[in-house]
Amino acid sequence: MARIPDEGMVEKRGIGHYFTHVGLIIGVLVIFFPIWLAFVASTVTQSDIISPPMPLWPGDQFLTNYSKALTSGINAPVALMLMNSLIMAMGIALGKILISLLSAFAIVYFKFPGRRLFFWLIFLTLMLPVEVRIVPTYEVVAGFGMLNSYSGLIFPLIASATATFLFRQFFMTVPDELAEAARVDGARPMRFFWDILLPMSRTNIAALFVILFIYGWNQYLWPLLITTDPSMNTIVMGIKQMFPSGDDYADWPVIMATSILAMLPPVIVVVSMQRLFIRGLVDSEK
Amino acid sequence: MATIKLDNIKKSFGKTDVIHGVNIDIEDGEFIVIVGPSGCGKSTLLRMVAGLETVTSGEILIDGAQVNGVEPMDRDIAMVFQNYALYPHMSVEENMAYGLKIAKTPKAEITERVAEAARMLQLEPYLKRKPRELSGGQRQRVAMGRAIVRKPKVFLFDEPLSNLDAKLRVQMRLEIKELQSRLGITALYVTHDQVEAMTLADRMVVMNGGVADQIGAPLEVYSNPQTEFVAGFIGSPATNFIDAALVPDAPKGASKIGIRPEHITLLPSGQGKLSGNVVFTEALGAETLVHLRMDSGTETFTVRQDGAMALPVAGDPVGVDWGADDEMAFNDKGRRV
Repeated sequence: MARIPDEGMVEKRGIGHYFTHVGLIIGVLVIFFPIWLAFVASTVTQSDIISPPMPLWPGDQFLTNYSKALTSGINAPVALMLMNSLIMAMGIALGKILISLLSAFAIVYFKFPGRRLFFWLIFLTLMLPVEVRIVPTYEVVAGFGMLNSYSGLIFPLIASATATFLFRQFFMTVPDELAEAARVDGARPMRFFWDILLPMSRTNIAALFVILFIYGWNQYLWPLLITTDPSMNTIVMGIKQMFPSGDDYADWPVIMATSILAMLPPVIVVVSMQRLFIRGLVDSEK
Repeated sequence: MATIKLDNIKKSFGKTDVIHGVNIDIEDGEFIVIVGPSGCGKSTLLRMVAGLETVTSGEILIDGAQVNGVEPMDRDIAMVFQNYALYPHMSVEENMAYGLKIAKTPKAEITERVAEAARMLQLEPYLKRKPRELSGGQRQRVAMGRAIVRKPKVFLFDEPLSNLDAKLRVQMRLEIKELQSRLGITALYVTHDQVEAMTLADRMVVMNGGVADQIGAPLEVYSNPQTEFVAGFIGSPATNFIDAALVPDAPKGASKIGIRPEHITLLPSGQGKLSGNVVFTEALGAETLVHLRMDSGTETFTVRQDGAMALPVAGDPVGVDWGADDEMAFNDKGRRV
């Protein structure tokens, strides 16, 4: 810990200092409480949950509930749904990054007829989220026979105007002289892209990867539409599928265990890539 | 090592003509400096030789072969950029080796050539560092090293010293000159700094508004400028110009007379060819610059005299004189008469 200087520069001292902390702690508690409840619910038995008052401290069913969720689940084993989600999220995140890197590269570094037009067309698609084009997209995917498949989960979501735009902005800050120096050095365009542009954008790529991974992981509506086979369910929609219809009873401990499990991968991605992520958003390291 | 020939090179961006036909013959091993004010097309000319800019019309020949449509990499040139253009994520070593790596030079040879260039430029302690960990002068050296290791036919320099501080600039200037003459590689160097032009050039090209006004050895250009622009641009303080009608015995056809500040002598009031008043003086130690307002009207004169001479007092009326040989007469088109 850095020692706070006695005559703090802009450091707030006294009572205000503690109030700030109390405020922050309360905020954290409010946000964390539901997650805590979910965790508690995932470690007790069904009867503990439905008999009020609900317990506030973890029970002894942790292993039972989690192993039940992971191996058998309700419709499909959670392990399988996690794998599906992982494949979809990675596919979307990496695919989006690859495609938008290449399209931004084309837009910034090549002069071709209709360059501006293409840029604005890409930009326009920003205004068309998945939900707006979901019916025609479904038609197309169904026509290609991609329902209940990884390609059906990934490809319709793989183009990203936002990422293209981001990389375009970054590429435009790269001095032209660098591209010219590479040209004089004998690098052909793809070589320049691979050897120079890509390493220079690695913090941006990392930042984008975090955002896009979470975007892919949290996809709900699209997987819900095109996966009817429980073995293709992704975890986020899978949780909803676990809710009973009609008179069935809900196996809340398993559902809560699934929720907690669903939360882990994004948390791991964010925490492990935090430093790169912040660097990518803050500086452009030229 | 190579000769370069520019044959009636023209360049236009859209409808704007920026270069109106430039002819230069560069001999093997020659150091040519292209100098001119901003926007005169000097950088564009260099970039056309590099192949980074297309040629609208005319021919560029390197070693007798026309290279108009040839990619930069196949022209066997190396270029040093104003902002150095070092690859930020590569170490000094990798920066210098990159071109050779692309050319698929054997590893051992790359290492050897990089080491040699590093020794030449005193970069050996920094080979593993990234460009951002270097000072401006060191970055400049790396950019030079990147050019040297390629062993190109031609060096192209695009204002390579303009981002350095004054002291470093003088030092790097000497190093560039020394390096170029040691390696004997033909060099084309663009600058807006006339001191660089005067000191580096075997021959200099003074560009003005897309035209090469004069091509010649620096001292030849200085003492015998062919146009009013060259007379005014080369030399600091600038040449004094005065309407020919005001000068007694001006040559025929002259509309303006130019006299270099060092060729003027101050005389007591009433003597000499013209008279004026001292506005202010700048004593620089070795020399003194005396600024005058001429009686004829708005013209101002700068006189350079030895620092040991008595300082004129501001406001004093004085006369000025110069030798007839030092007069440079220009016609109304700005050409030398």
